[in-house]
Amino acid sequence: MPLVENGQIVEDRYVRVDDDAPIPERVPVIVSAKRFLAEADALIRRDGSLGVLWPNDRRVAELEPWLGHLALIALNFPKFRDGRAYSQARLLRETFGFRGTLRATGDVLRDQFHFLVRAGFDSFEVKKPADARVFAEVVGRYSVVYQPGADGRTSALRRRLQSRAKTPSTRETV
Amino acid sequence: MYVYDAFDRTLVTERVDEFRDQVARRLSGELTEEEFKPLRLMNGVYLQLHAYMLRIAIPYGTLSSEQLRMLAHVARCYDRGYGHFTTRQNIQFHWIKLAELPDAMADLASVGMHGMQTSGNCVRNITTDQWAGVAPDEIEDPRVLAEVIRQHVTLHPEFTFMPRKFKIAVGASSHDRAALRVHDLALRLHRNAAGEIGFEVMVGGGLGRTPFLAKTIKPFLHKRDVLSYVEAILRTYNQFGRRDNIYKARIKILVHELGVEAFAKEVEAEWQSIKDGALALDPAVVAEIAGRFRYPDYQRLDDSTPELAAARKADRQFDAWVGNSVANHKVAGYAIVTLSLKPEGGTPGDATAAQMDAIADLAERYSFGEIRVGHEQNLVLPHVAQRDLPALWRELDAIGVATPNVNLVSDIISCPGLDYCSLANARSIPIAQEITRRFRNGDLARDLGRLHINISGCINACGHHHVGHIGILGVEKNGEEFYQITLGGKADENATLGTLIGPAVPYAQVADVVEDIAAAYLELRQRPDELFIDTVKRTGVEPFRERVYATR
Amino acid sequence: MTSPLEQKIKITGPVVVTANRVGDGAVVYRRADGGWSTRLDDAAVATDSAGARVLIDAAAADDLRAVGPYVAPVKLAPGGHVRPGNLRELIRLGGPTIELPVTFGI
Repeated sequence: MPLVENGQIVEDRYVRVDDDAPIPERVPVIVSAKRFLAEADALIRRDGSLGVLWPNDRRVAELEPWLGHLALIALNFPKFRDGRAYSQARLLRETFGFRGTLRATGDVLRDQFHFLVRAGFDSFEVKKPADARVFAEVVGRYSVVYQPGADGRTSALRRRLQSRAKTPSTRETV
Repeated sequence: MYVYDAFDRTLVTERVDEFRDQVARRLSGELTEEEFKPLRLMNGVYLQLHAYMLRIAIPYGTLSSEQLRMLAHVARCYDRGYGHFTTRQNIQFHWIKLAELPDAMADLASVGMHGMQTSGNCVRNITTDQWAGVAPDEIEDPRVLAEVIRQHVTLHPEFTFMPRKFKIAVGASSHDRAALRVHDLALRLHRNAAGEIGFEVMVGGGLGRTPFLAKTIKPFLHKRDVLSYVEAILRTYNQFGRRDNIYKARIKILVHELGVEAFAKEVEAEWQSIKDGALALDPAVVAEIAGRFRYPDYQRLDDSTPELAAARKADRQFDAWVGNSVANHKVAGYAIVTLSLKPEGGTPGDATAAQMDAIADLAERYSFGEIRVGHEQNLVLPHVAQRDLPALWRELDAIGVATPNVNLVSDIISCPGLDYCSLANARSIPIAQEITRRFRNGDLARDLGRLHINISGCINACGHHHVGHIGILGVEKNGEEFYQITLGGKADENATLGTLIGPAVPYAQVADVVEDIAAAYLELRQRPDELFIDTVKRTGVEPFRERVYATR
Repeated sequence: MTSPLEQKIKITGPVVVTANRVGDGAVVYRRADGGWSTRLDDAAVATDSAGARVLIDAAAADDLRAVGPYVAPVKLAPGGHVRPGNLRELIRLGGPTIELPVTFGI
């Protein structure tokens, strides 16, 4: 599954480590939530970037004490129709202020790129290579958004006020 | 009514472009049906028995003449010359070809219309009272805030893949004409003790397999907080709504299983963390949107002129129509006119392309170019000068939308049923048609008075049968169509679910049963002006049950 | 609303596999030669679950041309004609049982 970051297909620096496997030294790793919670103190003291794969049916608030130590959080879309990870992503970004890498994994398809970016994801394990290749094009598809998101884009509701402030004599025409 | 600005138009156009690409990828095989289905649903494209069905949003039931003409155009060019107005203030076309959809959608987009989010597990069309903005008992026009909320939930990145659909209704009068309490989320504008206008927030209503009435989780919410509070509700639902069983996935089940207090607490906790952030609603934002609502330049006219009285006296049919289909307007000299889409023998809620064009013209001449769609599947001309009523009536009558049966027994609310819908167990339209034939006599219908019949062809309850005065639910028994009858449902501010009166009756007997129920009412009522629904409440269903099943 | 692939196929009489055509949503029936026809008489008729299974698996794989295939009952009439086996299939083949509104109003 190709990994897309910054609009292009990249090599994955992170190694996914099974629950019963030894953790390699000085290499960025992703561990399961179960392992993370069991070994958190040791893991955060380890030399090397730490990532956790968090299930979509557990509150992300549980991660709050460790957010400063996590370089990456991977959230899961078991089926693309299961949108719980969008809420998790926004909570991590907007409520808990997580600044590390937020990775979308699972059933990640082209038609969700726009929403994923807006929800705060910046790393994408894309299911289909053809979708990965068009990421940059697809993500630029909507020049107007109606609501604020974790991507910092200005909502149309705000932009209207801004444009009024700039040119008060011009009325929006039909 | 709201007029799109450049931002609105751009968004809809970009959506059409995206959908055009998705259709192409489906037709080429790049997308499987499993991948394509949620995408088409989010543009209102269903697959029904005979063809694709396109459901177009009519936000809070408001249409311009230009838009209604475009619907006529879609009916003519992409469908079979007619459309169906639904119980959620949308319109459906039942014979759409997938390959032609992008063009149909581009045409619709040119007048600010679309099918976005009229299906799928997202926030659906936000409905309100079809008399919004003109009803005398309204506290203020709910459509402005409905539009603010509509924009907020459109292509919302977080709430596009929820456990199930989510329906919102907004009301602004103490008499509920929008069936608020059968919605997932209902927002009722009212004044608090301090005189401020804000929302009562009710959650967890819904019909279908397990009907529930919405419960109040916040008695008063300031307008400033409406977006953040709605966000908190949706976020709670998105995270904790069930995803294991589609029959238990609506928010009504979550509210029921958590308990309304625990649910409200969860929402409150989330809301507290976001209420003062980016979603705090700036009055300037509301004013900006309100500024794009066009209101009529009403003339200063007198009420109830002697001319109107004379016209009523001179023509019995005109008089019957005024008495039935014309309601008081908040502006003196004006009236709210309901156009019945329930002619004898007709399909409830259907209109031909020719009718739509004619109504669009009439709206331009008599109603400042505005039409409304009600959840009871009738249309409304909301700004008619009383002095124009006689001329308007003649023109409405000529196109078949002046049957004086609004709110009467033959003003039936019905889903399309098994004649169209792949979810249905039984037909609903022929049942409705037969009932209208049995009660064609206007004097009888007027004597029976206000009597709401709701018909659903399956338990999904798109006909809202649970809240009908008489509810009819189609079921299948051994390959035959049978119908369960309920009595006593109400969709208004005293919303109630109907009571089953007995075993399901076969297709051929349903109209007879309705006649028996009507006859029983005439015998049981204490006074001629005791409404059917009040008689049922007073006597209970037992006397009706006896009458209906005496010979069955 | 179970997927046809998960449905247990219980045959109590002759059946066909039916679906909707992708491009226009028209009702179609699976033919023995692997194509689709809008004519019920052209449909491959299966008389046991194994036969039905073969038809539906092939149909489900033909996602490019037809959507939502499922097994539908039919009746076999004299002369080799195939008739719909229940009301739903009758309506799918013959269209709505009501007059379409173009003849109403103006």
